[in-house]
Amino acid sequence: MEKGKGVMGSCRRWAVDFSDNSTAPSSRDIPDPPGFTRASVDQDDSAVSRQKKDAESNWKAQKAWEVAQSPFKNLLMMGFMMWMAGSTVHLFSIGITFSALWQPISALQGVGKVFEPYKDNKVDLLGPKLLFIALNLGGLALGVWKLNTLGLLPTHASDWVSSLPPAQEVEYSGGGVPL
Amino acid sequence: MPITYAFLLFLIFSSLQPILSLYEDQVGLTDWHQQYIGKVKQAVFHTHKTGRKRVVVSTEDNVIATLDLRRGEIFWRHVLGHNDVVDGIVIALGKYVITLSSEGSILRAWNLPDGQMVWESSLHGPKHSKSLLVMTNVVIEKDNVVIIFSNDRLHAVSCIDGEVLWNKDFEVESLEVQKVIQPPGSNFVYVVGFAASSHFEMYQINARNGELLKHESAAFSGGFSGEVSLVSSETLVALDSTGLILLRISFHKGNVSIQQTPISNLVEDSPGPAVIIPSSIMELFAIKINAVTIFIRVTGTGKLEVVEKANHETAVGDALSISEGQQAFGLVQHAGRDIHLTVKLAHDWGGDLLKESIIMDQQRGLIHKVFINNYVRTDGSYGFRALIVMEDHSLLLLQQGTIVWSREDGLASIIDVTTSELPVERAGVSVAKVELNLFEWLKGHMLKLKGTLMLASPEDIAAIQYMRLKSSEKSKMTRDHNGFRKLLIALTRAGKLFALHTGDGRIVWSLLLQSLHKSEACQHPIGLNLCPWQVPHHHALDENPSVLVVGRCGPSSDAPGVISFVDSYTGKELSSSSLVHSVAQVIPLPYTDSTEQRLHLLIDADKHAHLYPKTPEAIGIFRREFSNIYWYSVEDDNGIIKGYALKSKCDGNVADKFCFGTRELWSIVLPSESEKIVATVTRKLNEAVHTQAKLIAADQDVMYKYISRNLLFVATVAPKASGEIGSVTPEESWLVVYLIDTVTGFVLHRVTHHGSQGPVEAVFSENWVVYHYFNLRAHRYEMSVIEIYDQSRADNKDVWKLVVGKHNLTSPISSYSRSEVVTKSQSYFFTHSLKAIAVTSTAKGITSKQLLIGTIGDQVLALDKRFLDPRRSVNPTQAEREEGTIPLTDSLPIIPQSYITHNLRVEGLRGIITVPAELESTTLVFAHGLDLFFTHFAPSRTYDSLTEDFSCALLLITIVVLVAAIFVTWVLSQRKELQDKWR
Repeated sequence: MEKGKGVMGSCRRWAVDFSDNSTAPSSRDIPDPPGFTRASVDQDDSAVSRQKKDAESNWKAQKAWEVAQSPFKNLLMMGFMMWMAGSTVHLFSIGITFSALWQPISALQGVGKVFEPYKDNKVDLLGPKLLFIALNLGGLALGVWKLNTLGLLPTHASDWVSSLPPAQEVEYSGGGVPL
Repeated sequence: MPITYAFLLFLIFSSLQPILSLYEDQVGLTDWHQQYIGKVKQAVFHTHKTGRKRVVVSTEDNVIATLDLRRGEIFWRHVLGHNDVVDGIVIALGKYVITLSSEGSILRAWNLPDGQMVWESSLHGPKHSKSLLVMTNVVIEKDNVVIIFSNDRLHAVSCIDGEVLWNKDFEVESLEVQKVIQPPGSNFVYVVGFAASSHFEMYQINARNGELLKHESAAFSGGFSGEVSLVSSETLVALDSTGLILLRISFHKGNVSIQQTPISNLVEDSPGPAVIIPSSIMELFAIKINAVTIFIRVTGTGKLEVVEKANHETAVGDALSISEGQQAFGLVQHAGRDIHLTVKLAHDWGGDLLKESIIMDQQRGLIHKVFINNYVRTDGSYGFRALIVMEDHSLLLLQQGTIVWSREDGLASIIDVTTSELPVERAGVSVAKVELNLFEWLKGHMLKLKGTLMLASPEDIAAIQYMRLKSSEKSKMTRDHNGFRKLLIALTRAGKLFALHTGDGRIVWSLLLQSLHKSEACQHPIGLNLCPWQVPHHHALDENPSVLVVGRCGPSSDAPGVISFVDSYTGKELSSSSLVHSVAQVIPLPYTDSTEQRLHLLIDADKHAHLYPKTPEAIGIFRREFSNIYWYSVEDDNGIIKGYALKSKCDGNVADKFCFGTRELWSIVLPSESEKIVATVTRKLNEAVHTQAKLIAADQDVMYKYISRNLLFVATVAPKASGEIGSVTPEESWLVVYLIDTVTGFVLHRVTHHGSQGPVEAVFSENWVVYHYFNLRAHRYEMSVIEIYDQSRADNKDVWKLVVGKHNLTSPISSYSRSEVVTKSQSYFFTHSLKAIAVTSTAKGITSKQLLIGTIGDQVLALDKRFLDPRRSVNPTQAEREEGTIPLTDSLPIIPQSYITHNLRVEGLRGIITVPAELESTTLVFAHGLDLFFTHFAPSRTYDSLTEDFSCALLLITIVVLVAAIFVTWVLSQRKELQDKWR
């Protein structure tokens, strides 16, 4: 390494400094290479940065909406899976139902985190967030509905009476055929 | 859809195979089977040949069996039908057992070595009479002849093929033949008997062709009574009709002479009439006056002289000829705890051939019968063995002063069974068997592990099997966690209580009840009922549980009752008493006092109710519940069912505060010309019901079961159709079934099956009843199910009201308030006729139920209750299928694997008892008849415990190995990481 450095330091034949920003050609002794234009760099500084920011926030808003809509696809997918699973209780249907319940819940827990990259003063995240939450709630509802169709929710009278012991009887009567 | 339903469904799916069979190596792990024969009535020894020594016996339970004389095991056994009573057995030609049965109308010969039937012939006659079976040594055309007097006709039958060689009728009206005698070495038989109770008739008949050689008769004005004793081949002794004069009747060479001797001449202080003990000993007979047995010798000149008066209880055996002209007989006398067995020569009272004294268990009671047999010892002298039958129906073989073996044949006639818990395991409670030590435990587990990993050699497998069968765990005398170990307490017809351990069926204790012992006050005591009296579980745990035995002095319903209380742990009679009142019914009440004694009402024949226990506390509890206690009686002979309430005082001037009068509330009178009660069934008092709702998954609906203890199922048939199946045409036969509330007398349901007849067997559980009958139109047996639902609570369907608890489902119900029920029923064909039917019962009532059917082949068949579900339809919907509804078929399937008795038979099956174990999935099943059978049965498989063949050792070893592996790999990875860092 040192040897190389020494070579570089002592016997430099030529060098091009690309970092040279000066626009005045006079200050340069070497003409620009063919095809190189300085025009793009020659723009107004503030305008450039504003434009850039606008684009970014647009992009962010767009992305946020995209993210907010992403559960919809999931929803469709889940619906299809549920339809495939049928309405009987077995390992497959239980797995699907619980994942259908779990996904929206975990997504709802991480709402802030999901929209973190798109956080910006100029971007209004409320809309996407609401949509995201609504869609996830929709997914949750779908899961609950599935749970219900599987008979795992206590929504019927039978769920509440089956644990009740038989009622006491007031009278008692014994007897039978005489021995 | 409900959670529980889904859960149950999950269970169903996880145990989809409804097969209940077991593997070969599981036989005997939880079940046991014991074979009995009943009280022996006649025994014939077969010891002449060099083969295995055996004794042929016939019993009061219509069993013919041969027993091994060495061990008392059964070689073979035949159980004859219920009305095929054995009258006599003889051994013919040294290879056939000839039996006369069915009131002398069926003669059968069985092959002695293996018990196969050789021939059978039926004997008919003009009228019913005493049946006598005599083996003769007459030979007709190389055929030995057996002579039978039955149905008032004398038959001679060939021993070889059962052909009737000749028969002979007697002209004299009202002839009661007492004896058929063949004098030794002669070719004729004497037939002697009494005619018109004052004439002695003697017939001499040629045994070869039935020709009448001589007929003599003699009149005796005093009349004859009772039995006769034969004192020589031409002399017999009888009593006159007053029982005070002995008559010596001689018919030597056909000349009849009667010689009278008043008993007072022989015995100075002879109070009351005498009874002859029937025997046939040369020159000797015995009479019994009160409890004294008197032996009287008949000398050659015809004089009578008393040789001994025995004050102790004495049993006399029949004569046994030991050598030419010499007869011996056995005599057994009680003397305190001992019994004395004496074998004497008939003509020489003083010379005893054998005198032995044997200590006898007091719980066996008195000796009822003795049979002796001789053998030649190595030194050429005679030895004797005696087979004795005791009061408790047990059978013992005595030889050389010891009891060689004993059989508890009293267990063949169980009247009633109850169960009792064993003591809780704690310090101070003795455990019958020593615990295994650690080494043996380890060895056992290693063997098991080898078995699991299929490394075991055949010897190892045998050792594993032996270990499983003989596991001390199952026969311990303490309570277990699963509730498998219990005591089965059985009351037998002999008045003896037995406690059997459910683990291995051994007798833990036995007790001959003093209260059911024959005494002056109680001449013919019979046991009636056995109830758990005290079942301590909460605050009275220090007390031992006890059972109540109810009996009665005599067969009539107004005979005074007897009760006794027996400690279930020790088998000691705590107390017993003779009651002043009779016992018609025993009603256990659903109340217990502070020591957990259950209150019982004993109803007497005058319809007074007597409360037990007789304590002030009990009467306090009873007074509190007084107005809610009712009782009913089913008078099946006149077709009336009556319901009663209690009155606070006894009628009449009985100053007994534990006695209560009763007043009639209602009565149901069935028309006697069209209906006759054949069966009544109620629910078991202690049955656990888990839920009152029946879930109908198909329409996501719920129906409320009508669960009431006060329901009575009554089945009646047309009086004409109460006989045998096929005795009536379908048009004049019907079966009517009632469901009656026994508090109000309200008939909840009534259904008529036209063209059907009994016998009806039924079982009632929760809200359903299943009954079995014969359908005359279809010529098949049928089973029907009725389920009862409560319509008055059916509108309790609002979920929100149920969530917040606004419903009346748990409020107490009165029989007077509700009457709206709906019933669902369905009928199916069933192949078998049944002897008994029961239903499984579990601790909490959650496990689904199976019916236990005692088939005509004496086996117990388990049948899932789902097959008897009135909601079955030909094409069940998908939801119904998921629920477990089976498509409707016209007949119930019999799955060979679901016989819970597997390949065993419970001969003479009479009852099936189910007892819940602590483990919810399991019920204990006890079937009794002549044989006993016990097993554990899981109606929905043992879903709540690991199977018996689950290897705990394997699991532990796996865990240990895994943990070790984790540790080792962790250490290794640590080391590697460190090395990497140092590099």
